[in-house]
Amino acid sequence: MSYNANEKGYYGEFGGAFIPEMLYPNCEELRRNYISVMKEDSFQKEFHQLLKDYVGRPTPLYFAERLSNKYNTKIYLKREDLCHTGAHKVNNTIGQILMAKRLGKNRIIAETGAGQHGVATATVCALMGIQCVVYMGEIDIHRQAPNVARMKMLGAEVRPAKSGSKTLKDATNEAIRDWINNPVDTHYIIGSVVGPHPYPDMVARFQSIISEEIKWQLKEKEGRENPDYVVACVGGGSNAAGAYYHFLDNTDVGIIAVEAAGKGIHSGESAATSALGKVGIIHGSKTLLMQTQDGQITEPYSISAGLDYPGVGPMHAHLFKSGRGEFISITDDEAMQAGLLLSKLEGIIPAIESSHAFAILEERKFNTDDIVVINLSGRGDKDLNTYIDYFKL
Amino acid sequence: MTNRITEKLQQDKKLLSIYFTAGYPELNDTVGIIEGLEKNGVDMIEIGLPFSDPLADGPTIQESSTAALKNGMTTEVLFDQLKDIRKTVSIPLIIMGYFNPMLQYGVKAFCKKCEEIGIDGLIIPDLPVDVYHEEYQAIFEKNGLLNVFLITPQTPDERIQFIDSVSKGFIYMVSSASVTGAKSGFGKEQVEYFERIKSMNLKNPQIVGFGISNSETFGQATKHAKGAIIGSALIKHLNKNGASKLDSFVNTIRQE
Ligand SMILES: Cc1ncc(COP(=O)(O)O)c(C=O)c1O
Repeated sequence: MSYNANEKGYYGEFGGAFIPEMLYPNCEELRRNYISVMKEDSFQKEFHQLLKDYVGRPTPLYFAERLSNKYNTKIYLKREDLCHTGAHKVNNTIGQILMAKRLGKNRIIAETGAGQHGVATATVCALMGIQCVVYMGEIDIHRQAPNVARMKMLGAEVRPAKSGSKTLKDATNEAIRDWINNPVDTHYIIGSVVGPHPYPDMVARFQSIISEEIKWQLKEKEGRENPDYVVACVGGGSNAAGAYYHFLDNTDVGIIAVEAAGKGIHSGESAATSALGKVGIIHGSKTLLMQTQDGQITEPYSISAGLDYPGVGPMHAHLFKSGRGEFISITDDEAMQAGLLLSKLEGIIPAIESSHAFAILEERKFNTDDIVVINLSGRGDKDLNTYIDYFKL
Repeated sequence: MTNRITEKLQQDKKLLSIYFTAGYPELNDTVGIIEGLEKNGVDMIEIGLPFSDPLADGPTIQESSTAALKNGMTTEVLFDQLKDIRKTVSIPLIIMGYFNPMLQYGVKAFCKKCEEIGIDGLIIPDLPVDVYHEEYQAIFEKNGLLNVFLITPQTPDERIQFIDSVSKGFIYMVSSASVTGAKSGFGKEQVEYFERIKSMNLKNPQIVGFGISNSETFGQATKHAKGAIIGSALIKHLNKNGASKLDSFVNTIRQE
């Protein structure tokens, strides 16, 4: 079995492109070109140059000794938190802005929830001197004021999504509507491995730099390329897709996906899609999503805005359904404690999204000689207010 | 039995088709609106099954969908409201909705229920023609349902030909690259597009939708097509007047 997308964009039964006809030309143009453009030497050269000089790659693979001692196993952290702009999101936006340029686009749109992807998009647009419009739920604009300010400083226009529940899923709807209205000059930079084909596959390929580096870095440190486990948090699933990518077809490597249980899986305030979701269609992709019995998409909840998405990418739906991936959900409280612990033990304040991945160490036991790579997807600067409120700092 | 849409398309007149969101402005307005529209000479009706995330719709239809869901509209409720509709209404009825609610109801069960009620066709903007053709066409046809596909000014000719070959009623010609509720008025670009499609001599007639809101745009659109669909303009009327005065709304469109 393959865990990558087939040429129609399906991961098992998940994926595809369930889009209104108005979007067909846009997606088709991208679908026809994305692989050949990515394979061009000039593209690869420019992409890797920017990842190195601008993003700061390769990010370190760091052996977390004190954390390893505490949990009695060998834990490495993949330091995506050290990327420019503070999270893995920029790997994708660098790739997509280069793609947009090669497709002759001169206007960029994006959606954002917490603002991390919005900032990463505004950043690359500033870098390239391209017009940028970011859609953000009206409610999130109020919750994430510092990131709104960052996007504005970077020259982007932030447009409030006022429809539906006024959060990430609605911002995504608005971005898609903008793309329908501007089919020729605009490229839509989606922020995760979600949306219609070819987005999940394209974004996964751009993020796959994470596992590509893990392989040679681990080889240097441990004399072997493959860890026993790779652990990552899953919102839409892009940092996870990147961390798993080169291990997907090697079943010796365990894949652990960590979702946000919010206030508890069955509390009614949760974003644990694998536990609560059913097969359905969201943003043009057939995947697992949280919905009412009547097929209306419901509003998820997590203390971390980046995990607050009612679906998961089709790759992850397939990893779950096929049993290839082990899915664990972590509550707000567990994540917050894990974030504090990592800060104290290793001197690293993680994004709350990433804290979810660390929280599994309390319950999920590993062998002493297991090598466990945890993808530290982002840093906690953006979450300071949440940490302050929670711990009364 | 021939399908009511097919029969209607054979009539020698330009067709006025109206979209409204079921459950709006009030939950139980559905049947009254359908009957009122038929009484006032509307030729065909698209009953909108509201969805939480209507990607292809502009603010007017989005807001009506959100309101309808708040009012308690569901697939089950809509089917219940429509169960006796064929006792009073004889024009073609189409359900227009996004695919996810149908998927949850079960596509087979959904189609079967439509046939029982007397629904003639479906418009599902986010069910692409290739997926329909491969997975669902047989179920739809078994239940006597015509599925209607959209084309836009950007749809490549080859794809239009494919859509025409799969379609068995009419083709929904979206007037411009936009979501619903766009500004009305057609320019040179639209006219060229309408003419281009006309000259393709497709087997299915075309009905124009998106951006039609008054007698002027209705007249322009039907110069180049078999009929036209009005949606957002009616929703705005309903928002202002409730489910009454449908006669004045329809009359202003038909006057010329
Ligand atoms: C630091 C960080 N990690 C994870 C995520 C979740 O996204 P994904 O699941 O696509 O990696 C986000 C999203 O904003 C984020 O900022």
